[in-house]
Amino acid sequence: MLKIEGLTVSVFGQRVLSDVNLRIRKGGSMALLGPNGSGKTSLLMAIMGLSGYKITKGDIIFKGRRINDLSVDERARLGIGIMFQRPPAIRGVKLRQMVDMTQRGDFNADREAGELNLREFLDRDTNVGFSGGELKRSELLQMLAHSPQLSLFDEPESGVDLENIVLVGKIMSRILNKNKDNAGLLITHTGCIFDYVKPDEGCVLVGGRLHCIGDPMSILKTIAKHGYEGCIACKRKIPEGDSRKPVK
Amino acid sequence: MQTKNSRGRFPKAGQVDIGSYKSSAKDKPYLKDLRRVRPDQKKNMLSAGVDLSNRHRSGTYVQMDHSVVHSQSLYPGVEVMSTTEALKKYDWLEDYFWKIVSNDADEFTRQAEVQPHHGYFLRAQAGVKAVYPLQACLFINEDNIIQNVHNIIIAEEGSDLQVITGCATASDVRRGLHIGISEFYVKKGAKLTFTMIHNWADDISVRPRTATLVEEGGTFLSNYICLEPVKTLQMYPKAELVGRGAMARYSSILFALPGAHMDVGSRVILKAEGSKAEVVSRAVSAGGDVIARGHLRGEAQGIKAHLECRGLMLSEKGLIHAIPELEATIEGVDLSHEAAVGKIARDEIEYLMARGLSEGEAQAAIVRGFLDTSIMGLPRELQKQIDTAISTCEKEAF
Repeated sequence: MLKIEGLTVSVFGQRVLSDVNLRIRKGGSMALLGPNGSGKTSLLMAIMGLSGYKITKGDIIFKGRRINDLSVDERARLGIGIMFQRPPAIRGVKLRQMVDMTQRGDFNADREAGELNLREFLDRDTNVGFSGGELKRSELLQMLAHSPQLSLFDEPESGVDLENIVLVGKIMSRILNKNKDNAGLLITHTGCIFDYVKPDEGCVLVGGRLHCIGDPMSILKTIAKHGYEGCIACKRKIPEGDSRKPVK
Repeated sequence: MQTKNSRGRFPKAGQVDIGSYKSSAKDKPYLKDLRRVRPDQKKNMLSAGVDLSNRHRSGTYVQMDHSVVHSQSLYPGVEVMSTTEALKKYDWLEDYFWKIVSNDADEFTRQAEVQPHHGYFLRAQAGVKAVYPLQACLFINEDNIIQNVHNIIIAEEGSDLQVITGCATASDVRRGLHIGISEFYVKKGAKLTFTMIHNWADDISVRPRTATLVEEGGTFLSNYICLEPVKTLQMYPKAELVGRGAMARYSSILFALPGAHMDVGSRVILKAEGSKAEVVSRAVSAGGDVIARGHLRGEAQGIKAHLECRGLMLSEKGLIHAIPELEATIEGVDLSHEAAVGKIARDEIEYLMARGLSEGEAQAAIVRGFLDTSIMGLPRELQKQIDTAISTCEKEAF
């Protein structure tokens, strides 16, 4: 589904990702771990094609097609969708209009908004004055409408109370399982979401470099026990300069 | 920015040469049956909010050039006629003429006094609450003429009146000058909702001179929409809140296409204790010039007023100049303003693109959202029609 080869990305001339290699197979999902500022969000933004994230080397291949030069909307229409960590407020554009304009396939705004406890938000300006948890649910509603094949989730559980984590997890799982080929890449710090969405792989980004790929639960355990320093010292590390593509 | 007009001269932006327009126009016959209005004229009126089918309207006044072609009330207790006729009918109306707009304010008011061409008189009698809006259309049908109207609206005590005024031109009219003197009176406990839609041709100059007097407990809501190109438009309507608890709200939506010059503001003088005002404007420049003014003056204890002025630049050309002014003459007033001018944020466009909208669609959705008309409380059909008009403008802009 997604193949990232030797990806190097700069933001304002500053390198934020170096020689990243990744693969997510059809129907697969991967957890992206790493300390703050390690380049996790940058990787998602680069995959989505947002301006400011300049690919200086390497390729992003989606469904067998090199998408480096495609615009954001072209990628979205190919089937890449994103749940932003900090979505902007869109004044004057109601959430209902937002999902009406962007929905693909069968989608019932009232029913899905009801499920996400967002019914009264449908007729409010998108993300304007929404709380942290409301923003996450608004993002998920929009993703349900968009119905992507590859879903990028940027910290879906941050700022969400315990009760709503169940809901967020349930909806994420629905998006990922809508089609058996659907795939996902999700950034998490806590792994709370693993109770609902079980990624089959995990990887760690440190300083813009991919550090290791393996079982997400065991990576998370190592990080919890030894911190990222311990994780960096771990022997699963991909040796520097090794261009070997980590394949499961 | 100066542009060459159709006559090859370079008028200073905003200046109007009154003498260059024809002061006479052919008489147009009175039409008892509005179905006799030509379809193309009807269409242009409709795009200014005037629906000659009279569906959901309490009455209609139509003036073409210097002739009153129709005036009819469809609601008991609501009067619709030309100001000329009204002056004949009511001696007391003299007291309402040139009372809150000075006849000596500028060359345009002087022109309108010397050479008046009717205008509408709309009045809701005390306690009358009209369900549907009244509509008035000021139409320029002949090229290169001057049209001077003097309008009076009176919402008597405890009445509730909605008025839609549409200004438009015939499709073959290019050049003209419209001067509109308007004096509105909102009596004790009355409510007047006044919506004005301008749909002029490219080379029309427009000089409305409007003032409103709001008495105790009265409410005046004014909506102004100008989406079409206009050569030069300059207006600074004023509301004076003279009675305790009076309220005024001005909302304006301006869309300036290349070549347009709009200098539009709203002013509220809060003279009575506990009076309130709100001025909201949204200006988009797609290459035209907009000067967005606002002025609040607090002269009494316990008043509260807010001014909000937002501008959006869609083009490298054009200009938006926001000039908000607050003025207090005593202590104990609460006046505030916020102004912001900028371009559409890139992250907002890309946010919509990440859901699959093209860049153009994303921009259009954001501009439509920026020009949100929902606070105007317009009749649903009119609101829909304006939203369609906004979409059409955007298509021209992008």
